[in-house]
Amino acid sequence: MAKIHVETTINGAPTEFLCEANQTLLDVLRDQLGLTGSKEGCGSGDCGACSVTVDGRLVCSCLVLAPEAQGAKVETIEGMAQGDKLHPLQKKFVEMAALQCGICTPGFLIASRALLERNNNPTETEIRYWLAGNLCRCTGYDKIIHAVMEVAAEMRESAK
Amino acid sequence: MSNPPTNNPKYKWIGTRPDRPDGADKVTGRARFAADFNLAGQLIGKVLRSPHAHARIKSIDTSKAEALAGVKAVVTSRDFPEQPDVIVPAGEMQVNLRDVTRNIMAREKVLYEGHAVAAVAATNEAIAKQALALIKVNYEVLPHVIDVAAAMKPNAPLLHEHLMTEGAKPAAARPSNIAKRIEFAKGDTAAGFAKADVVIERDYTTQAVHQGYIEPHATLASASEDGQVQIWSTTQGHFQVRGFCARLLNMETSQIRVTPSEIGGGFGGKTVVYLEPLAVRLSQKSGKPVKMTMSRDDVFRASGPAPGADVHVKIGAMKDGRIVAAECTVAMQAGAFPGSPVGPACMCSYACYDIDNVFIVGYDVVSNRPKVAAYRAPGAPISSFAVESTIDLLAQQLKMDPIDLRLKNAAAKGTKTAYGVTFGTIGMVETLEAAKNSPHYKTPVKPGFARGVAAGFWFNVGADSSAAAHVGEDGTVTVISGNPDIGGSRASLALMAAEELGIDYDKIRPVIADTASIGFNFVTGGSRVTFATGLAVVNSVRDLIRDLKGRAAKTWGVDPEGVIWENGMAKPAGSNVGTFEPLTIAQLAATAGKTGGPINGHAQLNVTGAGPGFGVHICDLAVDADTGIVTVGRYTAAQDVGTAIHPSYVEGQLQGGAVQGIGWALNEEYIYNAQGRLANPGFLDYRIPVASDLPMIETVLVEVPNPTHPYGVRGVGEVPIIPPLAAVANAVARSTGIRMYDLPLSPPKLSAALDAARPLMAAE
Amino acid sequence: MTDILYKVAKTVREAASLMAAAKGKGRILAGGTDLLVQMKAGMVAPGTIIDVKKIPEMVSITETKGSYRIGAATPAAVIGEHKKLKKAWPGVVEAINLIGSTQVQGRASAGGNLCNASPAADSVPALVAAGAIVTIQGPKTRRTVPVEKFTSGPGKTTLKAGEIVVSLTLPARPKASGDAYLRLIPRTEMDIAVVGVGVSLTMKGDTCVSARVGLGAVAPTVLLVEAAAKALTGSKLDATALDAAANACSAACRPIDDKRGTIRYRTKIAGVLLRRATAIAADRARGISKQGH
Repeated sequence: MAKIHVETTINGAPTEFLCEANQTLLDVLRDQLGLTGSKEGCGSGDCGACSVTVDGRLVCSCLVLAPEAQGAKVETIEGMAQGDKLHPLQKKFVEMAALQCGICTPGFLIASRALLERNNNPTETEIRYWLAGNLCRCTGYDKIIHAVMEVAAEMRESAK
Repeated sequence: MSNPPTNNPKYKWIGTRPDRPDGADKVTGRARFAADFNLAGQLIGKVLRSPHAHARIKSIDTSKAEALAGVKAVVTSRDFPEQPDVIVPAGEMQVNLRDVTRNIMAREKVLYEGHAVAAVAATNEAIAKQALALIKVNYEVLPHVIDVAAAMKPNAPLLHEHLMTEGAKPAAARPSNIAKRIEFAKGDTAAGFAKADVVIERDYTTQAVHQGYIEPHATLASASEDGQVQIWSTTQGHFQVRGFCARLLNMETSQIRVTPSEIGGGFGGKTVVYLEPLAVRLSQKSGKPVKMTMSRDDVFRASGPAPGADVHVKIGAMKDGRIVAAECTVAMQAGAFPGSPVGPACMCSYACYDIDNVFIVGYDVVSNRPKVAAYRAPGAPISSFAVESTIDLLAQQLKMDPIDLRLKNAAAKGTKTAYGVTFGTIGMVETLEAAKNSPHYKTPVKPGFARGVAAGFWFNVGADSSAAAHVGEDGTVTVISGNPDIGGSRASLALMAAEELGIDYDKIRPVIADTASIGFNFVTGGSRVTFATGLAVVNSVRDLIRDLKGRAAKTWGVDPEGVIWENGMAKPAGSNVGTFEPLTIAQLAATAGKTGGPINGHAQLNVTGAGPGFGVHICDLAVDADTGIVTVGRYTAAQDVGTAIHPSYVEGQLQGGAVQGIGWALNEEYIYNAQGRLANPGFLDYRIPVASDLPMIETVLVEVPNPTHPYGVRGVGEVPIIPPLAAVANAVARSTGIRMYDLPLSPPKLSAALDAARPLMAAE
Repeated sequence: MTDILYKVAKTVREAASLMAAAKGKGRILAGGTDLLVQMKAGMVAPGTIIDVKKIPEMVSITETKGSYRIGAATPAAVIGEHKKLKKAWPGVVEAINLIGSTQVQGRASAGGNLCNASPAADSVPALVAAGAIVTIQGPKTRRTVPVEKFTSGPGKTTLKAGEIVVSLTLPARPKASGDAYLRLIPRTEMDIAVVGVGVSLTMKGDTCVSARVGLGAVAPTVLLVEAAAKALTGSKLDATALDAAANACSAACRPIDDKRGTIRYRTKIAGVLLRRATAIAADRARGISKQGH
């Protein structure tokens, strides 16, 4: 069977790849495009380490078939910083020690950005439920939640 | 909210919270974890695993797999030499090499579902999977045994037909699944119980739990025709990966170079080898690099979880709360091969307390489960759950405040433990007092909630570390160590180096070297890196300063003794030495060629004097009486941390450990079906806490410096997983009036207990 | 290397004919949150994967005279963002929004949740309580079936060869109606329901004039518990009526002991959740708004 030719946009860049019908978007990002910032922690949508957005919607890239990326806009952790400028969430995660081992961090950042783009005034409970699909085994979530709350507060301040 | 930043007034850098050196890499996806490494021409390796809990391997036919186009190598136990009956350290635990080779690849028998029986390397994953399906294994299925109590019965199916109980009294007459009996005794417990006003005796059980690191095991190995091997791997100890691979493959350690990737969590579970020897062997046979990754399913079924255990506790006390006798028996799952952490479980059981009469017995029991591995304070949470629950019963019976009761019995400097060690400067009393004075404990419990308290102890570890400090041409410094950084240790090491050198934190680059680029280091484990490797770094920097002072002396033409080091500069020791402008590292580096060449320092040591750590946790929770659902509303972890080098990462250890303990208490467990197969090998049904399950985790850092370390460092990583199990159970007991003796306190179990205690209501 | 075909259908008819052509080896790809997991685990090996997300009818929500038609492949997150639908059927929308994490919500659909035919599917008890009708397209004809008659056992549906689910239709709401869905899970998120209960009520003053109850994870399929509805209908939702309805739910249970719960526990919780869900649905019917977390 011939491979499927997919034309997509990844982090703003037009991108083409060939894939099998049963390959996941995560497989293609990691193994073919060298975008290894998205991590595979479970392969079943239970850990969120492979979080990306597809057409603005937060998804687990392990639960998206690669051919589904045809014509879509995919955003991964590699596209989060602008040039040499970290996104406020990235900066705050480092400043507030919101990571230990760092394997879950790309997923948390992508998911947190998706939340704050929709709601820059989330309650602690809303943040915790929004991020419930992102597992972290190191931090107990405390510093992650604090960092997201801080960035939300800064966003509201600068929106004034 | 956690503690505010506490700049330690004694220091410039220690106690501050700068950005971690690997921070930018980790928030941009640039950091490379094991599965992110690839080599041109690499093959994909896959493991065939046993579907049976216990079976004899009658034959393995790999011919069809070998014949499949794209398959480049197949290995079975025939490809690994037999190993001697020798015990070697594996992280904080001990393993027998004869067993290790059988665990990485089954030989005579498979001993648990998921046990590796063969591995293949092929040009892609799909072919590798196809090849696995073509391997024919002829099994003779044997009766299996999963639980400790059943495995200890005389008629239980035997895993190892020749296993005689070591240390049995009297000596074992016939083989059993009990690998070892250990005993710790102090004083006379019979006399102690005889005089006690109150004696409480209870039985507890806990289930096996997994470390649950989010990064699955992964490795990439490349063997050359000349016998040299390179390995990239996610591990808590790349020197141990080298050592195990050398032993298991009959190689010399110098032929193997292991580079640790960034490690995506370990918690003790990445101190042993699973894939690495297989990948090396497949690479040797195929002549190509071989990459192997475990699926999450593989991780649960085939890597080492922490054991479950049956624990019996008997405590006798006087009316005033003074504990006069204490006994504890721990029967612990080792998994398929001997070597559970029953030793530390026994030793830690009563280590928080000063008790005259103590008697502790432990049994190491094999059953048809994966071989257990270390998990954060291995063994201690289990015995501590039983002991701390019983102490809570005692507090209830004596109507004493649970912290006051513990203060009455708290270990202090000079306390002799049941395992023979006499404590030096420790912070148990200070930690109890800090917990008592915490904002949490001083706030009344909210209506509908109840409060539980528990304490915990861990030895902390020193062991072997090497470090080097190199000055660059511009005077900045690279600090090289050999312990994978699992939770921010690079930041702590750089802070100590900055303090010692008197230069800015950002002028120091801490790196973790591969096995060929720095001397030996014991694993990242035992809460040892900031303590022991920190000491090696401090010593390497002191060696560097000695070199720097010598260069200044040479520059000035004075004796080296005439130079002191202050604020990052060489200065004359006094006016008698002469008048010289201070020399910075940059100035000394610029002229290094004339004063003796490169300026480096190094240190290697076997570190002793690890300072024990104590923690006291406070948990407020509510129980939904109709459903048995527990909601943790407030949680505080207080701990003697020695000196907090980077307080944020110390807090992070306390918070993360506490949450793992909460998960252990509430919902985490290995569930086996009647066939001895794991029923929940995924994050869906192996339920680690998610963000919405938890409140913020408040921390109280109690700083009782460890006198054996120049900056007073104690290990901090392991203690915080110990108290939560009992803190949660004690809060549940005080909320419902029902004492739960079996973990986890999952809703069906708690609901059944609630109903059983209220027969009238349940009958409605 | 793989023999699997990936096809994007542009119309419902095209999807149905691709399905028919796949001769039993076709799998519909909506959100894929079950399909991809099952493929990875080797539980299914499709010959053709038919992506239906480019079919407008299957990814849209339309309202006709108070009745809502939800395209079977509409992502749960899109459903959750539909304010009018959420106002009309808060219980149904909440149930759909409980399927998996935020990430899964971006993909998972009510149609997929239904076709996966898990007895523990979160959306289904609420859809059963709501009286939802399933629209099915075959190679030649369309048909409809009440949602409670759609599944026939764990993982089994009543779809015939070449048939696909197109949409779910929720009936127009009488005034003073409310619905609710509650499930029990050990954690607060990321679990499969141990028990799920959907309740839909219409009130007249203090009296419940009609009720439907859907019960999940306690039998091979999601159940419509008519006895519970009967106990509630005509009552003032007083203790006696609630006891009778809760007992009817417990009596309807035919659960199993498994890693997620025991028979005893599930049977008990069915009653507990019926009471709680009824209270929320009644409040909503009376215009007292109650949101989830």
